[in-house]
Amino acid sequence: MPKITYIDVNGNERTCDVPSGISVMEGAIQNGIEGILAICGGSCACSTCHAYVDERWMDAVGKPDEIEDSTLELAVERRPNSRLTCQIEVSDALDGLVVRVANNDG
Amino acid sequence: MAAAPYVVIGGGQAGLQICDSLRRLGYDGPLVLLAAESSPPYQRPPLSKKFLAGDLEAERLYFRPSSWFEKNAVELRLECTVTAIDRAARRVSCADGSVVDYARLALATGARIRPLACPGADLADICYVRSLADSEALRARLPGAARLAVVGGGFIGLEVAAIARTLGKSVVLYEGLDRLMARAVSPTISDYYAALHRGHGVDLRLGCGIAAIERTRHGLLVRDANGGEVEVDIVVAGIGVVPNDEIAAAAGLECRGGIVVDAQARTSDADIVAAGDCTWHYNGFLAREIRLESVQNAVDQAKVAAASLLGAGEPYVQVPWFWSDQYDVKLQMAGIGMPHDNSALRGTTASGSFSLFYFRDGRLVGADSVNRPADHMACRRLLAQGTMVTAAQVADSEVDLMQIARG
Ligand SMILES: Cc1cc2nc3c(=O)[nH]c(=O)nc-3n(C[C@H](O)[C@H](O)[C@H](O)COP(=O)(O)OP(=O)(O)OC[C@H]3O[C@@H](n4cnc5c(N)ncnc54)[C@H](O)[C@@H]3O)c2cc1C
Ligand code: FES
Repeated sequence: MPKITYIDVNGNERTCDVPSGISVMEGAIQNGIEGILAICGGSCACSTCHAYVDERWMDAVGKPDEIEDSTLELAVERRPNSRLTCQIEVSDALDGLVVRVANNDG
Repeated sequence: MAAAPYVVIGGGQAGLQICDSLRRLGYDGPLVLLAAESSPPYQRPPLSKKFLAGDLEAERLYFRPSSWFEKNAVELRLECTVTAIDRAARRVSCADGSVVDYARLALATGARIRPLACPGADLADICYVRSLADSEALRARLPGAARLAVVGGGFIGLEVAAIARTLGKSVVLYEGLDRLMARAVSPTISDYYAALHRGHGVDLRLGCGIAAIERTRHGLLVRDANGGEVEVDIVVAGIGVVPNDEIAAAAGLECRGGIVVDAQARTSDADIVAAGDCTWHYNGFLAREIRLESVQNAVDQAKVAAASLLGAGEPYVQVPWFWSDQYDVKLQMAGIGMPHDNSALRGTTASGSFSLFYFRDGRLVGADSVNRPADHMACRRLLAQGTMVTAAQVADSEVDLMQIARG
């Protein structure tokens, strides 16, 4: 099972087994990662699942599509490596992915 | 004696959010969530979308894993329906005979489906889509059915129709009014969606309510008010919801088509707040009273309610937003566009990517965006900030609205 490392806003780091096929957001919720709120449940409507993708993983994860790009406009602090974790599907290719949870409570 | 807990009634989006916010805001006393359903709190929007289509499993709808409730010391009692609130004794009683004392109380009882009222409405196999159990039942019946009748051209009826057509079922959709989603959107959007559904093969009957449903040897016969009749395998009704305010009203709390709360989500009892679909509330953003049925309202109002339970009274002023997925078309709504006295189209309906911006007294009040997410997000930001834009500006695709919103 792919391993995803989540770093929450307080700097706590946790590596979790997340099954392929679900989203990085769902992996966070299932593992109780602090700061991924995901109030729209993955419909790309709220931006409260915002995280920063570790620079080394940006190519593998890819860029946001048009809807996600727009929704990211609601994010508190958008950066070049910003992604909405509900739009990243976990797969073997992302085994080892590291994401840093953004401030989603602001 | 241990301190009485804070008690939340209703394990939906608002109830879960109240618990979550109470813990985030630092409340560390006992907390009990009383929930009538048998599933832990879950998302409803996919029930008429991906879940119904068979693309998701039920567990993926749950907001939180069971470990969250343990970790946050939220005592979740499933299949526990509150039947009465005794405000003098600060105690609620449940259908199973148990009683729970409360220090403070939050009502997040949501809404329930409005049942059909025509002859035959009591036939046991008429489907609705409000709960996970409802959607599971409909989903289980779809493989064995070829013909559907959908009653109601609102969001849920249309989403169900879209899924059914995508699965290859024949669909007749009845709407008593002369256009779709009439309460929520303007005629331009209604017309676009009517053409969209007809283009996908839905037999759309506008201005045509149903008169009766009868059982036949092979299915159900739907008779409409215009004298037509169609035999189908499944009837799905989506004709709106009724707020669950009865226990609040019986306890003497003010109710007017919903539990009345102020901008701080407080009821007429200082120790009781309410949030979500069940409230008739003062909405600070709209500067008027309203009842809303949306994820946004459930979440944002719940946050306000939690803060009020702890004594901090931030008013509820968030911009309303909503979405609906039908086929591969995403409708996103920002603000409340109805009623309006002026509107401006951005993009073209022919291109399938456009927004209609609504104005009242010269001020932007909302926008409906069809496959045009950038406009939607820009509108949400413009509304939140109160930034002035004109109809001429929004109608001009060359004007970068997000740039204006960024200031
Ligand atoms: C099929 C469907 C699709 C939707 N699609 C969208 C969408 O795309 N976008 C959007 O923004 N919104 C959508 N909504 C609306 C959104 O889901 C609701 O507004 C939201 O769920 C409201 O949350 P709530 O907690 O206020 O109420 P509910 O979700 O109704 O939860 C209330 C809960 O309280 C329980 N309860 C009631 N009375 C009692 C009692 N006496 N004791 C104990 N428990 C009780 C109920 O059983 C229920 O579980 C959709 C709704 C449905 C049904
Ligand atoms: S969960 Fe709402 S945008 Fe990802």
